[in-house]
Amino acid sequence: MTSPSPAPTRGFTGRARAADRDPRLPPGQYDARDTWPVLSAEVTPDLAAADWTFRVGGLVARPRTWTWDEAHALPASEYRGDIHCVTSWSKFGVRFGGVSLDAFLAGAGGPLPAAKHVVAYSHTGYTANLPLADVTGGRAWIAWEYDGAPLPPEHGGPARLVVPHLYFWKSAKWIAGLELLDHDEPGFWEKNGYHHRGDPWREERYAGD
Amino acid sequence: MTDTSSGASVPPFVPPTAFAVPGRIAVSEQAAAHWQQALITRIHRETRAATTFRLKVPEWQGHLPGQHLMLRLTAADGYVAQRHYSLASAPDDSGEIELTVDHVPGGEVSGHLHTVAREGDTVEVRGPLSGFFAWPGDRPALLLGAGSGVVPLMSMIRHHRRAGLTVPLRLLVSARTREDLIYADEYGAETDVILTRSEGRLRAGHLAPLLGDGRPDGGWEAYICGSNGFAEHASRLLVDGGQPVDRIRIERFG
Repeated sequence: MTSPSPAPTRGFTGRARAADRDPRLPPGQYDARDTWPVLSAEVTPDLAAADWTFRVGGLVARPRTWTWDEAHALPASEYRGDIHCVTSWSKFGVRFGGVSLDAFLAGAGGPLPAAKHVVAYSHTGYTANLPLADVTGGRAWIAWEYDGAPLPPEHGGPARLVVPHLYFWKSAKWIAGLELLDHDEPGFWEKNGYHHRGDPWREERYAGD
Repeated sequence: MTDTSSGASVPPFVPPTAFAVPGRIAVSEQAAAHWQQALITRIHRETRAATTFRLKVPEWQGHLPGQHLMLRLTAADGYVAQRHYSLASAPDDSGEIELTVDHVPGGEVSGHLHTVAREGDTVEVRGPLSGFFAWPGDRPALLLGAGSGVVPLMSMIRHHRRAGLTVPLRLLVSARTREDLIYADEYGAETDVILTRSEGRLRAGHLAPLLGDGRPDGGWEAYICGSNGFAEHASRLLVDGGQPVDRIRIERFG
């Protein structure tokens, strides 16, 4: 039977009580503490920084591709805060170093008025869809450092997208580019049953949530 | 500079997906969205750390081998904990499904299941979830699993046997010792077991007979499941052995 509200499980008390639950923890999440699970579906690519490029295309004034050195010439920007994976772990106080996505969009002449959606795509072919509003205004980064060190390959190095206010499958590893569109185009996990937006605070895990 | 053009007349640049094609298995959005009561009908200890839970789920809409579900526990005050678990059972018409769960040290959900849960209890599940790692039995499949990573792969083997499929299916499963090997009595001619404490880890030599000339017509779909360390190692061996990167699917147990 479908159960709109959870029924108590006999004998389950929970390791963390609801009353003293860390307010940084969205519903249904647990604190991964020192671990950082790796959850990619594909083979980790052998991608050297010198071969990495990042493209902003589609509905922007001047589609453009940056090399590693060109991207690093942009103003440095950092994200310090929490991240949340749909598989239910969260990680507090992480530090990603890179460049704000706003700087790349500005470098491409800015979004055209019709641009409303984004497809983020990886050098592996992975894709994730996002509303444009979720990656502008200081809410998204291209990151190549984690905790002051180069981003490890299994976590998306040499560079990944970081959109920390959404579940982390949106933060495409081995980021290759963004395509700005006037319509929504589901990405890899969204075609596999996951939610189109993925707000952890609204528990937007799966299609239909 | 690498500016190439200007204006919005540039054709879309999103490259084709270069790894295992997503979406070839349709996922029911309705099934994924609803929590259902699941009655624990049987608890069966597999190894020191792994236990199989048989669940009666009256409205289960079926699944494909390789899919997982989310299981939820709720405390009296409303606190919930939920985790993903792979389905171990083959799709059948029994109205029941099986999960095999590793007892993670300090694990909130696996700890409850292993030490508190008993037959007759209910938990909640939603699913099946994700079509990416699923195998409907349509293509030759090469399965590489380690530890509890063998769980979704066993669903594939059970499906292969139950449906009487003739499509090639091979499993290489590794465990630390014979005592740690989940489903030890159930493997047949399709399986090679690697006991890592005595034999060392999976090597290129284990894969060589299955790659190159050993490939079936049309090649393998490869499915890797285990820890991230195992997934990295096994996927590298496959790529080095000539398996196309776009025909490797990986489920990492974080």
